[in-house]
Parts: sequence; structure tokens; C-alpha cells
Amino acid sequence: MAYKGNRINPKRFEKGQIKIILAVLPLVLFMGLPIVFIFNHAFKPMDELFAFPPKFFVTRPTFDNFTKLFKAARTAGIPMSRYVFNSSVVTVTVVFSSIVLSTAAGFALSKLKFKGKITLMNINQAALMFVPVAVMIPRYLTVNALGLTNTYFAHILPLIPLPVALFLVKQFIDQVPDSLIDAAYIDGASDFKVYAKIVIPLIKPAIATAAILVFQQVWVNMETSNYYVSDEGLKTLTFYMNTLANANNNVAGQGMAAAASLIMFVPNLILFIILQSSIMNTMAHSGIK
Amino acid sequence: MKRKNLIRKREYSNHSAYAFIFPYALLFAVFILIPVVMAIGLSFTNFNAIQRPKLVGFLNYINLLTSDDIFMQYVLPNTVAYALIVGPGGYVLSFLLAWALSQLTKIPRTIFALILYSPSMTSGVAMTVLWKVMFSGDQTGYINSWLMSLGVITEPIIWLVNTKYLLPIVIMVGLWSSMGVGFLAILAGILNTDETLYEAAAIDGVKNRFQEMIYITIPSMKPQMLFAAVMSIVNAFQNGGISSQLAGNPTPGYAAQLIVNHIEDYGFIRYEMGYAAAVSVVLLGIVYIFSHISKKLFQED
Repeated sequence: MAYKGNRINPKRFEKGQIKIILAVLPLVLFMGLPIVFIFNHAFKPMDELFAFPPKFFVTRPTFDNFTKLFKAARTAGIPMSRYVFNSSVVTVTVVFSSIVLSTAAGFALSKLKFKGKITLMNINQAALMFVPVAVMIPRYLTVNALGLTNTYFAHILPLIPLPVALFLVKQFIDQVPDSLIDAAYIDGASDFKVYAKIVIPLIKPAIATAAILVFQQVWVNMETSNYYVSDEGLKTLTFYMNTLANANNNVAGQGMAAAASLIMFVPNLILFIILQSSIMNTMAHSGIK
Repeated sequence: MKRKNLIRKREYSNHSAYAFIFPYALLFAVFILIPVVMAIGLSFTNFNAIQRPKLVGFLNYINLLTSDDIFMQYVLPNTVAYALIVGPGGYVLSFLLAWALSQLTKIPRTIFALILYSPSMTSGVAMTVLWKVMFSGDQTGYINSWLMSLGVITEPIIWLVNTKYLLPIVIMVGLWSSMGVGFLAILAGILNTDETLYEAAAIDGVKNRFQEMIYITIPSMKPQMLFAAVMSIVNAFQNGGISSQLAGNPTPGYAAQLIVNHIEDYGFIRYEMGYAAAVSVVLLGIVYIFSHISKKLFQED
């Protein structure tokens, strides 16, 4: 039988796919352990959390940990909604601005010609190779010198430039055929039009991937709350969840920590599912042939 | 004539290019570049995070190369071993898994991708609890109780303290969590290749999936392959979280001490920031050399 080709991104289920599923399944089960664990752990009653030998699966699920967590939140000075609000504002702003700035910069670095382009690209890539722990103190000094401490900007501005995101987006823009862009210029399109109408629609998969990445960085970030902000009412949900679990660092704290990790994990999960399932073959829909 | 001018203008001096790059470049310079330059500057000083840094020239670098026995005896060999296995291993695994997933329909693909990526999403939480429970040192640990019931071992092994097993365990967990952003980029890249290429290849005599992978998929997604390669190298050299979360810092007998652990040890335990910065600069150099090699491999023509 002749080989038909093109089995990438099939629309329908075929028998050939069973082989692939069977081959990947053992690894998937192995790597899925943390998700299973986070879900099980959050619903464990006290005696199972501290069971000896330790238990992976929950046998008698309960909402106790969540009730305790929310009760502790109610008795705290600042309502939890405040932290939810802070985190939402910070996360949405950073993800949105980071994507806009990285795609714009990526477009210039990949498709426009200007002086210093190669140098800029190299500096960006070298920066991503520098261990983050080594720049913690210098970064604090910079934020402090700019007078950003105790403002929302301290959460937002330092996290917007993400060299990995720019690198990723730029690599995808490299793939957009030059002929397509040249054609648009000949038709009289401005740089902005080419960026907004041609490049952006074609690199949606990269944008989705970068968004997941940026979201993850911002959502769990504790550095900004720990070092740049001392006003309790300006800290983020991640920080708050952590202090709740740590402040009650007794037996109850463990259960609350488990519940808190599940709450913090779920947005990751939802965003990933939405963005990943939106990644399709954009080249096929764009008329690049 | 007008056409040519338009294209030429774009080729040589495009002022609007600066408008596109400026917002990112500004924030990048302030919050990343300046701190990095400051950190490099600190590497030439003696800085304890409280008093003003004192200039010492190349002393930190000289000490690192000549008198840091722990670095030469344990940290460097451990890091090289870890990076040589987790870097290429994670890279190949990411590619093969992404390639396999790209041949599934949307729903199973999304679910599988989510699960494979989840170790990167949950690293902190999962690592401490999950793997510590698995490798717990008494007979109640999962690994010990399985091996004992299978009759492989008779006495429980204290996995996370035993210097013989610690590094292999850290390497294994490293591979387990290596389906990161590189994996997602490859997956998106494969899904984004031009479908007509596959049709043309089938007509030209490509016979099976593997030929298709070698002749079509990989060449048409070089940018993503390069991105994933650089990210594997960076992650392989910069991952110290696994060691310190499983076995503390410093790890028992320095058995799984990696460069990043060494930096944290000096920076945040001994407060010798200058020395820690010098080690970071050396690490930057190592990572840079390796990613330069990978760039040569995936050179876009």
C-alpha cells in the first residue's frame, strides 16, 4: 500500500493512533503522578495526611482542609478577595504586556533590518543563561532605586521582560516566509500592519506557548511580594496562601498547605487546556502555500 | 522603481524597527541587563550583603580555579554528568514525545501534553512531597517496599542520604521534569508545519513516518529545534532545585551538589555574594559555549 503521508494533526481517530497512545501511555502515567498527588493530597483528612506508611491516594476524601483554609482567611485582617484582586490585576497585566512587547520585539529582530540587531539578540540570549539566583540582590537594588517599592509596578514591571518568551516568539517569526511579508510591503502595508495582520495571526501557537510560560512565572512568583512590597494589602495570592499555610505551621497547617497548592494549581491547568487546544495548524488556515 | 525603494528602505535603515523593539528593550535593560551587569561587577568584589562591596580583582576567580576543592572534586563533575544526561536525554525525549503527540487528535493530544508538561508546572510542590515519599529511607517508602516485596533487596536503602544513589536519583527526577517549554515549542512547531510539504513528500516517495520525520518535519522546524536545544542546555546546567529539595543544601557528601547549589550555598548560606557571583559568571560561560555549539548545529541558512 502506498504511503499516504501527512499524519500530523489528524482530524479523526484512526486505528494507527492506538499504537502511539500505547507507546506514550506508560510515560504519561509516570509523569502524571504530581497532578494525581496534588488532587488527592488536598482532600485527605488529618489522619491520612500523616499516615504511616504515607498514602498516595486518598481513601476518605473530605473538604476539611478547604474549610480550615477559608476560616483562617476570614479571621485574618485583610480579606482574601483583596489578594485575589491583586493577583488577578498583576497576572493579567503582565501576561498581556509581556506578549505584546515580546511579539513586537520579536518581529523587529526577525524581519526588520536595523543596526545592532544581532547584538541585541545575543544579549537577550545571554541574559537567559544567567542564573536567576545571582541577580536577586542587584534586582532588588534596581527596583528600590527606581522608587517602585510598595506599588503595583513592583509586581508588574520587573516580570514583563522575559528573555525566553522573546526568544521563543522570534524563532516562530523566523518561520514566517519572507515572500509573504514582502508581498504585503509591495501592496503598501506599513510595518505595523504587517505585524498586526500577518505576523500575529501566523504565530498564534507561539503566543499560546509564551502565554503559558509567562503566566506560570507571574502566578507563582513570590520574589516581588517578599522583597519589593512590604504593604500587606499589596501582596499577591501566592504569598498569602504560603503565609497562611506557614503561619499555622502545625498539624492543621499541613492540610491547609495541601488545599492551598490545589487552589493555586487549578488556574494553571485551566489556562493550559484552553491555550493548548487552541493551537492548530495555523499555516494551513492562513493560505501560505 | 517605487517598489525597489520600499524594499530597500526596509533592508537598510528602518526607523520604525526601533519603535517595535524599544519598549521591550527598555524594560529588559532596567530589570535584567543592569542587574546582570551589577552581578558580574560583584564577582570582582568581596560582598557579604551587608557591608559595602570591597574590590578584590580576580581573586574570586583564582580561588574558584585553584583552591575550591569541593567545586573541582564534586560540583563540576556532578554538573557535567547531570547536564550530559539530562540535556540531550531530555531533548530527545521532548522531541519524540512531541512528535508522537502531534499524530493524535486534539483531545487526547491536549490531555497528554498537559500531563507530560505537568512536572514543569508543579515542580516545587510535587518534588518535595512526591519524590520524598517515593524514596523514603525506611521500608515504608514506596520504592523500598516494592523492591523488598520483589525480593531485589532485603534491607531498606536510605536513598536520599546514600552518596551512591543520590546523583542517579537526581538525574532521573531531572529527566522526569524535562518536558518543559522546549517540548511545548516543538509540539507547536510540528503542528505548524506546512501540510502541503507532507503531500509533496509522499508523492516524491517518502515511505514511512520516520523518513517523514527526518526529511520533512525536522528541517522545516529548525527554529523550534534550536530553541528547544538552547533551553535544554540552560535547564540542564541551571537546575539545582531538585538536589536541594530532595537532599538539602549542601547535599550529603556533596554527592549531588550542582553548580547552582554551590552558588546558593555561598550566596545565601555563607553570604559570600562576591564569590557566588563569580561562580555564576563561570556558569554563564559554560552554558554559552554549549548553546553556541548547538546554534552551529541548527544554523539557519
